Amino acid sequence: MISLNVNGKVYKADVPEDASLLWVLRDHLKLTGTKYSCGIGECGACTVHVNGKAERSCGMTVGEVKGKKITTIEGLPDSHPVKRAWIKEQVVQCGFCQPGIIMQVASLLSEKPTPDADQIISKMDDVICRCGTYPRIKKGIQTAVQMVRKEGKKS
Amino acid sequence: MKTSMTRRAFLKGSLAATGLTIAVSVSPFGYRLVNASEGKEALKGFKPNLWYEITPNNVMTVSIGASEMGQGTHTALAMVIADELDADWKQVKVRQGQAAKEYHNPLLGEQLTVASAAVRGFYEPCRKAAAAGRAMLVKAAATKWGVAEGECEASKGTVIHKKSSRKSTYGELCLEAAKLKVPQEAPLKKESDFRYIGKPAPRLDIPAKVKGTAVYGLDVSVPDMHYAVLARPPAYGAKPVSSNEKAALNVKGVVKVVETPMGLAVCAKSLDAAWKGRQALEVKWDKGILPQMDNDFIEKTLVAELDKPGSKAAEKGDAKKALEGAAKKASSTYFVPYVAHALMEPINCTAYVRKGQCDVWAPTQGQTGAQMLASQISGLPPEKVNIHTTYMGCGLGRRAAPDFVVEAVIASKATGKPVKVVWTREEDIQYDLFRAATCQRIEAGLDGQGQLVGWSHKAVAGSIFKLINPKAIQNGVDIMSLWGLVDFPGSPDGNRMLYEIPNFYLEFLISELPVPVTAWRSVQNGPNAFVTECFIDEMAHAAGKDPLEFRLPLLKESKGAQRVLKVAAEKAGWGKPLPKGQGRGIAQHHCFGTDVAAVAEVSVNEKDGHVKVNRIVVAVDCGLAVNPLNVEGQIQGGVINALSTALKEEVRFANGGVKSANFDDYGILRMSEVPDIEVHLVKGNEKMGGVGEPGVPPTAPAVANAFFNATGVRIRRIPLTPEVVLGALKKK
Repeated sequence: MISLNVNGKVYKADVPEDASLLWVLRDHLKLTGTKYSCGIGECGACTVHVNGKAERSCGMTVGEVKGKKITTIEGLPDSHPVKRAWIKEQVVQCGFCQPGIIMQVASLLSEKPTPDADQIISKMDDVICRCGTYPRIKKGIQTAVQMVRKEGKKS
Repeated sequence: MKTSMTRRAFLKGSLAATGLTIAVSVSPFGYRLVNASEGKEALKGFKPNLWYEITPNNVMTVSIGASEMGQGTHTALAMVIADELDADWKQVKVRQGQAAKEYHNPLLGEQLTVASAAVRGFYEPCRKAAAAGRAMLVKAAATKWGVAEGECEASKGTVIHKKSSRKSTYGELCLEAAKLKVPQEAPLKKESDFRYIGKPAPRLDIPAKVKGTAVYGLDVSVPDMHYAVLARPPAYGAKPVSSNEKAALNVKGVVKVVETPMGLAVCAKSLDAAWKGRQALEVKWDKGILPQMDNDFIEKTLVAELDKPGSKAAEKGDAKKALEGAAKKASSTYFVPYVAHALMEPINCTAYVRKGQCDVWAPTQGQTGAQMLASQISGLPPEKVNIHTTYMGCGLGRRAAPDFVVEAVIASKATGKPVKVVWTREEDIQYDLFRAATCQRIEAGLDGQGQLVGWSHKAVAGSIFKLINPKAIQNGVDIMSLWGLVDFPGSPDGNRMLYEIPNFYLEFLISELPVPVTAWRSVQNGPNAFVTECFIDEMAHAAGKDPLEFRLPLLKESKGAQRVLKVAAEKAGWGKPLPKGQGRGIAQHHCFGTDVAAVAEVSVNEKDGHVKVNRIVVAVDCGLAVNPLNVEGQIQGGVINALSTALKEEVRFANGGVKSANFDDYGILRMSEVPDIEVHLVKGNEKMGGVGEPGVPPTAPAVANAFFNATGVRIRRIPLTPEVVLGALKKK
C-alpha cells in the first residue's frame, strides 16, 4: 500500500513502488484529466506538478514521489489565470493534450511570471498538440501573463 | 457532454409530457418536422436526423449525432438552432447522440463525421426545425394571453407582448407549445437578423476540457472493467509461428488470450497485467509477405508502377496530340510518402457484450460502421448495440475506421467482461492506416504565347476505398484516391483541379504495396494538390510568367478560386521583394465546397539545409462561417498539420513492417516551427463549404513553391528535411 499526496488529499493505492505515476493517477485514483499519449516524455500530455514543478508523470514511479506534493489538472483551481486564459482565448480544439499543456504553462509562469519569447519556446517545444492550437496557445500564454500582472498589482 | 437514450424516448413520444421536442428528418423528398407529442401515428416511420427539446427548467438541449473531435461542430449546430429559435445562448446544452439511423448526415447518408460535412449537412435542417419551434412558442404565448400572434415577439428565450408588457420564458411555454401542430414551413429569419450565426462564439465543450473532466475514450470506466492489449504482427501479413499462452496466463491478473484477426489479445484485470501478459506470451512471427520492404523499396516500387498501364480516370480533348504540337514541354515526377495520423489520444475502445445487449464506448467518427460490426460480432441485432461516442483526442479521419471497435467487441464477447482495448503510442503509429503515399508524373505543354494547351497525368497510390467500400472502385479507378484531381460526377464538394486546360488526360493505378491506407485530413486532396500546385508553378516558370498571373487566366470559370488567390496575394504582399535566402510561394485548392489559397514565406539555410517557414497567409471562402472564431482555428490547424507533412513527417519502414514508433522518431510540428498564420475569411460563395480539411491542401505546395522562389531549385517531394534539401541543392 502506497500513500500519495495529490491535490491536497492523501490517497492510498495498492500498487508496487515501481508503478507508473501516470497510470496510478488514471486507473487507481480515477484522476483521468492527466493523459497518456507517448509514454516516453516526448509529448507532455501527462504533465503534472511535483512540488510545484512540471514533470512528466509517465516517466515517474509512485516511489519517486512519496512524500511530495502532486498537483494534477483537477487540482489546479478553475480561477487559475492559465485556465481562465485558455477559455478566454478559446485555445482548445480536441483538448486531449491541453491538461498537460496547461500544467506546463502554469509551471512556467510560476517560475517566470513574464517570460520572454525564447523562454516560452524553450518550455513549450517540449509539448505537442496535434490539432495545431499553437497560435492560440501563444495567445493564451500572453493573456495569462497579463492576468497575473494585473491581478498581482491589485493585491 | 451527455449521452442518453433520448432517441428511443423520442420515438415513443414519451417526451411530450416533459417539454417541447421538435425533430427534423431530411430525405431526398424534402424536410419533415415532427413534434414528439403528436402521437404514435405521426412518428411511425419518421427518421429524425437531429432534434432539440425545451424543458420547463428553461433549458434547450440539442441532440447531435455527429462526433465532436475538436472541430467545433456541436457548438456550431447549437448556435444555428439557438439563433433561429431566438433562444438565449445561456440556456443551450448539447447532447451527443448514440448510433442510430436517425442521426445519419443528410449529405453522407451515414452517421459519419468526415468530409468537413457536419455543419453544412445539418445547417438547413437545424434552421427549419428551430423556426418551427419558435412559431409554436409564440402561438402558445398568444393563446395564453388571448392576443394576436402578430403582436408577440420572440427574443432571447422569451416571448414578449409589448402592448401589455407581458412576457414568458420558453421554459414556461414549452408544455403548451408541445400541444400544437408543427408548422412545416415556418418563415426563416433574414441573415441580417442573425444574433449568433456568423459571430464568434465560445465553444460549449471547452470548459470541461480545461478542467480536465471531459471524458475521452481512454477515460471510460465501467464496473468490473478488464483490459486487453494485442500482440500484433511486426510485418505486413506475418503469421504467428509460436507463442507461450501458458506463460501469459501465469501472469497475475491475466484471464484469457483471445485470437483476433489483428493479433492475439491478452485480456487481464489491469492494464499493467495485460502488458506483462503480452510480454510473457512471446509470440514469434514469420517474415510476412514483403520482408524486403523499406522506404527505398517503397519509393522504387511506386516509381516503377508509374510505367505500368493504369485506368483512364478523366479525359478532355486530346492531350497526346496537344503535347505533340506544343511549343514548349515539361515533365516531372513527384513523390509524397506515407504519413501517420499520430493522434494525441492513442487508439482505444471499450465494449461490453452481454445477453441481449452490447455497449460500445468509443472515440469514433463512424457510428454506423461501428454499430454494424459490433452487431455482426456479438450476434445481436443493431438496435441492441449502443454506441456511446466519447470525446476524442483528435480524429483526422483515422477514427472513422472501425478496427478498434472490432477488437474490443471480440475481447468482451470472449471474456464475458467489459473490456477496454488500449493501444500504446507505438502501436498507434505502427498499426495506423496511413495517408496514402503517391507517385505521380505529369507532362504538360505550352503554346507559343505561354498558354497551357495540354496536360497528361499519371498517378499511382494506394486505394482509400479498399478498406471502406471496395465496391466503389470502378474499372480500377478509386475516386477518393484521386480527390483533388477529379471528384465523383456531380459531387457538390468539387474535390478537383480547377484549371481550365483544353486537353487533359488522367490515368490512375492502384499501388500493389501492402501498406493499409485511409482518410487523413482532406483525404488525398492534400498529396494531390501538392503535386498539381507545384507543377503549375513549374509551368508558370517555363512560360516565364509570375505564378499568380499564370494561374488566374486558367481559372476563368472559378470565381471563388480567383477571389481567394487575389486576397491571399494582396494580404501577403505578393510581388514585394524579400531578402536573399528567402522566398515566397503561392497555391490554391478547392475541396469540400470551399475555396482556399495560401502564400508561404520561407528562409532557406543553404549550409545546413534547414527550411524555416516565416509566415503563412491563407484566404478561405467557405461561404457563411457559422462561428468565425472556430473557422479560424480549424484553418490554422489544417495548415499546421500540412506544414508538419511538408517539413517533417514520413513514416519509416523496415523488414516489411513499420519502423517509426513514437514521437522521438516520428516528429510532428512543435511550437518553434510554427510561423505566424493569418487567416482571412472571404465571403463570396453562396453555398456553405466545409472548414475542417481545406486548410491542408494549399499549404505544402505553397511552401515548396516558396523554396523554389528562394533557391531556384525545385524539390518534387515532401518532407523538405535538411537531408532532402542538401541533396537537392548539391545538384544546383
